[in-house]
Amino acid sequence: MRIACPHCGERGSEEFSFLGAAGLARPAPDAPADAWHEYVYQRDNPAGSYSELWHHLSGCRRWLVVTRDTRTHAIASVVDA
Amino acid sequence: MTRLAGCGLVDRAQPLSFRFDGNAYTGLAGDTLASALLANGVRLAGRSFKYHRPRGILSAGPEEPNALVELRRGARREPNIPATTVELFSGLEADSQNRWPSLRFDVMAVTGLLGPLFPAGFYYKTFMWPARFWERLYEPAIRRAAGLGRAAEAEDPDRYDRAHLYCDVLVIGSGAAGLAAALAAGRRGARVVLCESDWRLGGRLLADGGEIDGLPAADWAVAAEAELRAMPEVRMMPRTTVFGVYDHGTYGAVQRVSDHEPEPDANEPRQRYWRITAERGVLAAGAIERLVAFSGNDRPGVMLSGAVRQYLNRYAVTPGRRAIVVTAGDDGWRTVTALASHGIEVAAVVDRRAEMPERHAAAAASAGARVFAGGRIGGTLGGSSLFAADIVEASGERTRVAADLLAVAGGWNPTVQLTCHLGGKPVWSAAAEAFVPGALPPGMAVVGAARGSFGLGSALAEGARAGAEAAEATGFSGSAPAIPFALDAEGAPAPIWIDSGARKAFVDLQHDVTLEDIAIAHREGFRAVELLKRYTTHGMATDQGKTGGVLGMAAMAALTGMDMAETGTTVFRPPYTPVAIGALAGPNRGKDYRPRRRTPAQGWAEEQGAVMTEVGLWHRALWFPRPGEADWQATITREIGAIRTGAGVAEVSTLGKIELVGPDAGALLDFLYINTFSTLPVGRTRFGIMLREDGFAMDDGTTARLEQDRWILTTSTGHAGAVMEHMEYVHQMLRPELKVAFTSVSDRWAQFSVAGPNSRQVIAGVLDPGADLADAAFPHMACGVFTALGGVPARVFRISFSGERAYEIAVPAGFGEELVRRMMQTGAAFGLVPYGLESLGTMRVEKGHLGGGEINGQTTARDLGFARLMSSRKDYIGRALAQRPALIDPRRPALVGLRPVDRMATLRGGAHLLPEDAPVRIEHDQGHVTSVAYSPTLGHWIGLGLLEGGPSRHGEVVRAANPLEGFDDLVEIVPPCFLDPQGARLRG
Repeated sequence: MRIACPHCGERGSEEFSFLGAAGLARPAPDAPADAWHEYVYQRDNPAGSYSELWHHLSGCRRWLVVTRDTRTHAIASVVDA
Repeated sequence: MTRLAGCGLVDRAQPLSFRFDGNAYTGLAGDTLASALLANGVRLAGRSFKYHRPRGILSAGPEEPNALVELRRGARREPNIPATTVELFSGLEADSQNRWPSLRFDVMAVTGLLGPLFPAGFYYKTFMWPARFWERLYEPAIRRAAGLGRAAEAEDPDRYDRAHLYCDVLVIGSGAAGLAAALAAGRRGARVVLCESDWRLGGRLLADGGEIDGLPAADWAVAAEAELRAMPEVRMMPRTTVFGVYDHGTYGAVQRVSDHEPEPDANEPRQRYWRITAERGVLAAGAIERLVAFSGNDRPGVMLSGAVRQYLNRYAVTPGRRAIVVTAGDDGWRTVTALASHGIEVAAVVDRRAEMPERHAAAAASAGARVFAGGRIGGTLGGSSLFAADIVEASGERTRVAADLLAVAGGWNPTVQLTCHLGGKPVWSAAAEAFVPGALPPGMAVVGAARGSFGLGSALAEGARAGAEAAEATGFSGSAPAIPFALDAEGAPAPIWIDSGARKAFVDLQHDVTLEDIAIAHREGFRAVELLKRYTTHGMATDQGKTGGVLGMAAMAALTGMDMAETGTTVFRPPYTPVAIGALAGPNRGKDYRPRRRTPAQGWAEEQGAVMTEVGLWHRALWFPRPGEADWQATITREIGAIRTGAGVAEVSTLGKIELVGPDAGALLDFLYINTFSTLPVGRTRFGIMLREDGFAMDDGTTARLEQDRWILTTSTGHAGAVMEHMEYVHQMLRPELKVAFTSVSDRWAQFSVAGPNSRQVIAGVLDPGADLADAAFPHMACGVFTALGGVPARVFRISFSGERAYEIAVPAGFGEELVRRMMQTGAAFGLVPYGLESLGTMRVEKGHLGGGEINGQTTARDLGFARLMSSRKDYIGRALAQRPALIDPRRPALVGLRPVDRMATLRGGAHLLPEDAPVRIEHDQGHVTSVAYSPTLGHWIGLGLLEGGPSRHGEVVRAANPLEGFDDLVEIVPPCFLDPQGARLRG
């Protein structure tokens, strides 16, 4: 895979590490247990567009949101997280 | 000799001697091993996988299923190499495979016992019971009888390389279409890479003749190559196979740099694995001719019709003296003409069609061939070489025709494999009578025979247009490309031809799959192509069914009554042709398997005779043996004794070091760690534990506040990368408002731990005058910035892992070696000894400090005895989920110390802890031993473990058992700190 880092340009995916779903909001410290469970463990697994976190480990070390189609790996956008 | 005069692309001035099965032969430069064998009249090339049937050379390319050889001898021996792809060199040695004792006389085949043993599905039904027979009897027997060649037994002496390449347009294949595409893109100035498996460019132009722009096709290819080579932005890569297509325009290719030489030049790798990134790809991989399924279609002497033309025209070799041409359509007639033009007798032409174009009658007449319109082959005769075939006429009458060559024209399959690697499925084209590419990988165009456009003129036109379009798409515009002119050959593509009544009609020559096997699979319900493939192993050999795969699908389609479109193909996955593991590994093998990180003072440690060990990518000193010490335990005992009475120095540069700067650094640390850092005064150091968000411990370490807004955080060696990444996540994603910047300085600083009652004097001895290390000014957990070695910045931390008074001193990495040498000099008077990881680890077990066995991803801060550090006054990573009921359950396994009831007993890591009187069974399991060490200070073994309800069970005796390794000891539960629990020693 090739990922177009907004800071470094297009790079091979071996320069990046992958974390998982982007766009999760960390609950307040006193939020109910369900909210924390949801935040830490529950993830969608869509066949299609998916926004996920990649870290440009061997580059600028920015965390990025990569929007990728899980069926084709086509990347729609890469922006700073 | 069967070499033809006055034709071909071989160099008659360059004879090359070679050996096959030990016999000496001579070929010519420009030969493949296969063409050279044919030139020497060698027709029997190998024996088949299951039945050991004699096999000849079927093809002239990488699709070859039969003529597989072991190439080279000794450490360079490589099995299963198609003789049709081996570029001949002087001194080449090759051996046939699957025969014993010799190729001509094979016991397995003569006994004829193997046939009934290996029907379709034999793996699944013959050897099912009893299970133990599999290992003892069936597998060894099958491995002996079947199997392909033998791998070398010695280590591969050659080097392999890996490289990256970026281009605008990648053209795959250098036949008519590929050359036209490369020319069109290259003329517009695009960066073009042209990959060709063969050493010579031209593809079928070298075999089929014809005219392009008024030039003989092979000459046009030479001119095109010359023009391309003159273009500075074009890179020609012959001997390079593109074997895989990956996401976003990434292609895998293997370049056979030195395989055409006896052995690689000293400065060259044998092969190079390329990762090519191309904005646009043009696939011009041509087509592969398919076999016809008739009785005895595996006899040596049966050859693909297009391969016959290639041997005649390119290699100037005739594969036979008297030929029968079997054709499903018009293409076989080109072979009739080619044979006749070289003066080879064509005894008969068997055309599937009752009615055929009239022009063929004239071709038959001029070749002197008898035509069997609507006929078929009823069988072939001959042992190790064909001598006749029975032709069944349309009327049913059988005629035996003597021949030593049976040229088979069963139609062509576009080479669609690379279009499928990203999930594209080939689609059936009635017009092409073949599967053609379906959905293409993004950025790829397919041209010429690879997309079912079999005519020469069409291939050139499609190639030129696709090349220009690809250049256009990458920013190189221009006028419409010049399209080289050629005529398409007359005639329609031939259909798949299966003689459904045939016996011993092979659809997979390499795996010995016949029409009967397909029928068995059908009868037994394995009808979907993917099931058919796995049940019969059809298409699963090293050639991946390139010549026969589609025949098996067609045979199944005929049985099920479905058409080819419904039947479909199996999934094509990379690699297109086999790739040596060595090429994929590249230089990463042996000691170069991974990069090695050298510590700043590693040279000093090695000089001291340290025994080294690998820790991640690092090489670290384990211990420093001295002459006369019986074993490592003697060394450790001396080292620890010296530390506890004098002083020792160990390099700890591998610890992760992260420097934080900014007014909010303390706030970030508060959020990262369970305990509070923002209250830490300047000049002090604090121990901390960080959790993952799920509440489990991630890492521990100390953080020092060097200045008001400058901090240095340390991580364990193994977690250095992960902690840095975690911190970046937390800062960028969760707390971006914090004014703090941080960076890894692990490689910037050389760091040493100096421990023992005399450690202060040792440190003082290397610091520049003026540093006040008196306990009042520099107590336990102090830190300070000084200078050492005459002006070199030195950071000193009074922290202890050993339980003794101890300091860590860090200097810029380049001064590390000088610093430790100076310490050894000035420290000699104070009994300073070097020590390594083993002493470090033993002393940490004595003190009950945490290591990798304890912070194992399944333990919480509470489990590890640090509940009191967990702040209740702030938010931090992992806080919420660390409070989950299951994680605060007092029955959870928690950290304890262990000592054997019998003080002479040895403790071993990994043992499970069970109640003293419980049987050793998993339902009684209460925890396990995480770390052990022999404590020279205490004189017996000690350990740490995680035990259910551990902290409340001090004084209890439990079993430490490991049934796998057969030991079972009684151990006493004690607090985890074995030595000086009040910390009197480390305060001095």
